[in-house]
This record gives sequence, structure tokens and C-alpha cells, in this order.
Amino acid sequence: MITTSIRRALVPGVAAAAVALSLAGCGSDDSADASTSVGGSSSASGLSGTVAAGGSSAQEKAQEAWRAGFGADNPDVTITYDPVGSGTGRDNFYSGAFKFAGSDSAIPAEDMEKATAACGGSDVIEVPVFISPIDIVFNVEGVDSLDLDATTVANIFNGTIKKWNDPAIAELNADATLPDLAISPVHRSDSSGTTDNFTDWLFQAGGGAWKTEHSSDWPVQSGEAAEGTSGVVGAIQDGNGTIGYADDSAVASTELGKVSVKVGDQFVAPSADGAAAGLAASKLADGAADTQLAYAINRTSTDPSVYPVFLVSYFIACPTYDDKATADVVKGFGQFVVSELGQKAAATNALSAPLPTDVASKADAILAKIAAK
Amino acid sequence: MSTTPQLEQAEPGEDLGSPGPRSSTSYGRGDRLFSGTALASGLTILVTLAAVFVFLLLKGFPGFSADPDVYGPSASNFWGYVGRLLFGTTLAAIIALVVAVPFSFALALFTSHYAPRRLAAPIAYVIDLLAAVPSVVFGLWGARTLAVTSQPVQRWLDAHLGFLPFFHGPVSATGRTILVAGIVLAIMCIPIITAISREVFKQTPRLHEEAALALGATRWEMVRYAVFPHSRSGMVAAVMLGLGRALGETMAVAMVMSSTPIVTLNLISSTNPATIASNIAANYKAEDNRIQTVLLATGLVLFLFTFLVNFAARYIAGRGERAQR
Repeated sequence: MITTSIRRALVPGVAAAAVALSLAGCGSDDSADASTSVGGSSSASGLSGTVAAGGSSAQEKAQEAWRAGFGADNPDVTITYDPVGSGTGRDNFYSGAFKFAGSDSAIPAEDMEKATAACGGSDVIEVPVFISPIDIVFNVEGVDSLDLDATTVANIFNGTIKKWNDPAIAELNADATLPDLAISPVHRSDSSGTTDNFTDWLFQAGGGAWKTEHSSDWPVQSGEAAEGTSGVVGAIQDGNGTIGYADDSAVASTELGKVSVKVGDQFVAPSADGAAAGLAASKLADGAADTQLAYAINRTSTDPSVYPVFLVSYFIACPTYDDKATADVVKGFGQFVVSELGQKAAATNALSAPLPTDVASKADAILAKIAAK
Repeated sequence: MSTTPQLEQAEPGEDLGSPGPRSSTSYGRGDRLFSGTALASGLTILVTLAAVFVFLLLKGFPGFSADPDVYGPSASNFWGYVGRLLFGTTLAAIIALVVAVPFSFALALFTSHYAPRRLAAPIAYVIDLLAAVPSVVFGLWGARTLAVTSQPVQRWLDAHLGFLPFFHGPVSATGRTILVAGIVLAIMCIPIITAISREVFKQTPRLHEEAALALGATRWEMVRYAVFPHSRSGMVAAVMLGLGRALGETMAVAMVMSSTPIVTLNLISSTNPATIASNIAANYKAEDNRIQTVLLATGLVLFLFTFLVNFAARYIAGRGERAQR
């Protein structure tokens, strides 16, 4: 009988192990195979080798396009991009597992020391490579377009405005017939750069209606949460009276209404050009080194050519690498990314906004200095 | 097992699977090979389990004392945070089991004792196929189809049963609630519970059943007095495996449910308590990756919680059985 009871006790054990193993599967944070190996054969371009990189998952599609475009001219180069998320991507860059990283936000001040150490004491390179407008989309029967200001949007998302026919909305949309319907704001349940930039806009432009500073985790407990960009878009499509925010690329294929946002005294619809103008109107962050084009994005511009709700994603690399082949590949790839061709490839594949030309040329000048030690 | 051959033989229901000569005095090479392999497999499971536990403990331990900033404004200390998640996990699993258990037992009983053989085999086959559907597919179906189509039902629940804390609106506009997540989990548990309990029901000795019928029992009485008592421990094991799936299911819950770390019994609003597993999936790639240790710590809590639930259930089931003898 003893053996039987042991056997019985093992059944839950096996089940628990299966559960726990599937959890542990998510935790493989050691990028054992992410080392750099550089081959000897040379091609027409002279570049060869394997470079491991990773980071922002928002950049994944753009990175695919860039690798394809870069690989066409440099057949001997293999670049891997692991979309592990911005934070983990940066950590792997600090540890040296990734030779460069993609990140939805600039390196935080408290990490700067680690980043400098990872680059052998010289200032780390940070340049914007990817701009994506964030659309505020809604699904309300009988309403095709809406004009809203940041304060109203903030009040919708923090639950102060509960109905679509609220006077605050009606005032801005005299022509629309707004139903007496509850508003269901939809936000991301996972941590995301889109949320970070959206809340930054609400905080900067919301005139005090939004209490918390920008954060990648949704800071308010009310409203509906959905997993990932596609989850948010799906939830907005499925509900009546829903409103949410998503990267422009994810909304393009849907018929959801987009909110035009009040800038100055006009209402601006989301556009790639507007987002690029927004970056051009922003200043560099305080304390940025010469190699760092990290922007403190200005969301309160009154220039109606600016669409202020957008995301900037960065390319993080070192100015010097131990061996020449790696330095040449990172430099070549980085320069391709900010080139007109690279930006066009990302615009086609990831529907991002191309960098303003002066930003692109500054980035190119910084990347051109990458060299071997 | 070879140490208790008499007991094994005395136990009813074991006769189906008994292999040939059991008490051979000289073990052949095949026997030794088999016993070695079996022992190694058993030990591997234990070692794996221990390794997972050690991994969670080492990597998650710093999470217990992590800065509350890391896991957001919803809780001021780790236990508050994990408590909310544990509540959500338990609530979703309870909904799943409340729906799945009666359904599965009825289904298993139908295929083992009621349905004509020609019908029983295909039904059993289809239910087993259900277990092969990946959880992402269930998640997509739950989020995009079941949630939307059940939204009017949830509105009805709010309108007519709104006095109960469970259906105290406001109703989610998209229907992506813990109620729907629980139903999706139930559908994922049903094939597991059904398959195991069907096999267990089938093991009821023919003689017991016929004796019950001969004493004038109806078919239901026969099931109650012959099949259920004989199958009790197997039924508990079936429910436990189903519960394991419900507690640990990640993708389907993350995709279906609109979750926030809060504590509420309201099953139909758009703010639902998050579960541990779905919370890990949603936040593991967070910008601030200090949360990873916290998430691993919540994983450790789930691991231990699953164990506790299982041992408690074993104990209760065992006590019932012991009392019967």
C-alpha cells in the first residue's frame, strides 16, 4: 500500500513539474549562444561575420527589413535580432551578449555607468532609428471621426469622463451625433513602449488631468486591459464604445476611427510626417554626450504640423569594439539603418515614420566613427 | 512494486493490466534493464522538480524584498501583490472547475456506461482531440469569439442577477472577463478530467456492477453505489490534473481576460483580477526588468501553492477512502 500512495502522490508532482517547467521556459535569460564569432572569408563589401543583437520588440519588423536590405549587399554577414524587450535588450548589451541593442527608450540615467563600462569606458552611442506615430482609435457606432484634446483624452482614460455624450466631448465635436453609451477605455496589459509614450503625452499635454509621469506599465486600475498591440486593437474592434491606443502600423489595416489631437488651436490626425516633425521640434536630453542623440520629446508643441503622440526607438552601440570585423559590421549596419534606403525599408515593412533628414545625417556622422580599438 | 504482490492482486480492478509471470525467482537481463530504466525515469522527474524549485528559489528570492516601485502602485509590499494574483488564479481555477467537473464526469459516465458502444468511441475520440488544441488557439477563440458572443449573456446576468456580488456590473463592453476566461479554462480542463475519469469508471469490476443491478438497483443507483465509490481516488486525480492546468494556464488567460491586479468577486466587469501565470507572461519582457525577479518569486508561490492544493486534495480523498474501509 505504501508504494501505491507514493505512486499517487507522484501524479500531482508530475503535473506541478509540467506547470513549473512551462514557467521556467519563460525565464531563459541567459543568452548563451549570443556570442560574436567572426569568420575569415571576405566578400565584395569586405564585411563578414556574425553579430548578435536584440531588444525592443516594436523594432522587430523594422529590424527584419534592415537585415534583409543590409544582407543583400553583404552576403557574408549574419546579424541576429532577438526581440526580448527593451529592458532585457539593454541588459544584454551591458553584459556584452548583444553587440548592439534596440530600445524603445533612451538609456536611463542610472544605467549610464554600466553602459559606459560595457564600451570600455567611452561614451555609448545612442541614435534614433525608428519613429512610429501612436494612434488613438475608437469604435463607436455612428461616429467616424473625433477631435479631442489631451485633457479630454486623459479624463477618458482615467475614468472621469464615462459617457460618449459627455459635454467635454460634445463641445469639441459639434457635428458628431454622440450616443448615450458608456466609454470603455482599452490599454495594454503588458509593459510597453507604446504605453510609455502615450502616458508621457497625457502627462505633458494633459494640463494636470493625468497625475502620473510616463510609465511603460499602465498606471491606472480602471479600464480594460488587453495583451499586446493586436490584443488592444482586437478588443477595440469587438466592443461598442471602446477607445484605445496602438502603433499606427497595427491600425492601418482596420477601419477604426482615429482621433485627431488638438495641437495649438488645430486638430491634427496621426501621420508619419507629423511624428517626424515632432521629433524635429524636440530638444536633446540634458547631459547627453556627443555620441548620444537621445531626445527629451516635447509633446506640448503648438505647431500644427506636429503630431505629438509618437514613439522613438533607439539603436544602442559602442564607439569601439575589440575586433575590427565586429566594429565594421555594426558601423555598416547602423549606417544602413539611418540611410534613406534603410528608413524607406522600415517605412514599407513596419509602417514607421522616416527620420527627419538632419537627424539622420547627425546619426550617420556618429555611427561613422565606430572603429576597432 | 514487486514487494507487495499479494496486495496488488487483492486490489480489485488491477487485473486488467497485470503482466505475465510476476514472481519469477531469477531476474533476467531484460528485467534488470527495465527496472533500471524505470528507476532512472522516476529519479529524473524528481531531480527535474527539485531543479525547477531551486531555480525559482535562487532567482526569485530577491523578488520577495524588491522595491515596491517595481510592481507598480497596486500593492505596497510583495505579499500584497502576490496575494492579489493568487486570488485571481484561484478564482479563475474555481470557475473553471465548477463548470468542468460536473460536465466531465457526466461525459465520462456517458461514454463508459450509458452510450451505445458505436457512439461512445467517436465521442471519446473527439474529446481527446480537444486536448491537442494549443492554448493560444483557445485564447484567440475566447478573446475574439466567445467573449463577444457571450457579452449579451453577461449583460443579462447583470440585469437579472446584479444583486449578487458576482454579477454586480458595470458589464465589460467587450466581454473579456474572468467569467469567459474561466469557461475557456474549463474547456481546456474537460478533456483531461474526462479522459482519466472515463478510464477509471471503466475499471469498475463487472461483478460489482452486476451485483448492484441484481439487487434491484437502477442504472443510476448502480453508478452511485458501485462505480463512484470504486473510482473515487481516480476521480480526485483527474480533477487535480485539471486543476493543475487551470492554475498554470498562461496564454489563454492572458489573451482572453482584461486583467488588473485587484481583488474583486465581480465576474463580469472590465477590471478582473490577474492570475499569476498570465501576469508573468504579460510582464516578463517589461521595460524595467527588475520585475523579472518579482515575477519569478510569484512563480515560486504558484509552484508551492499547486503542491499544497494537491497534497490537501490527496489527504482529503485518502481520508474518505480510509473511512470507508
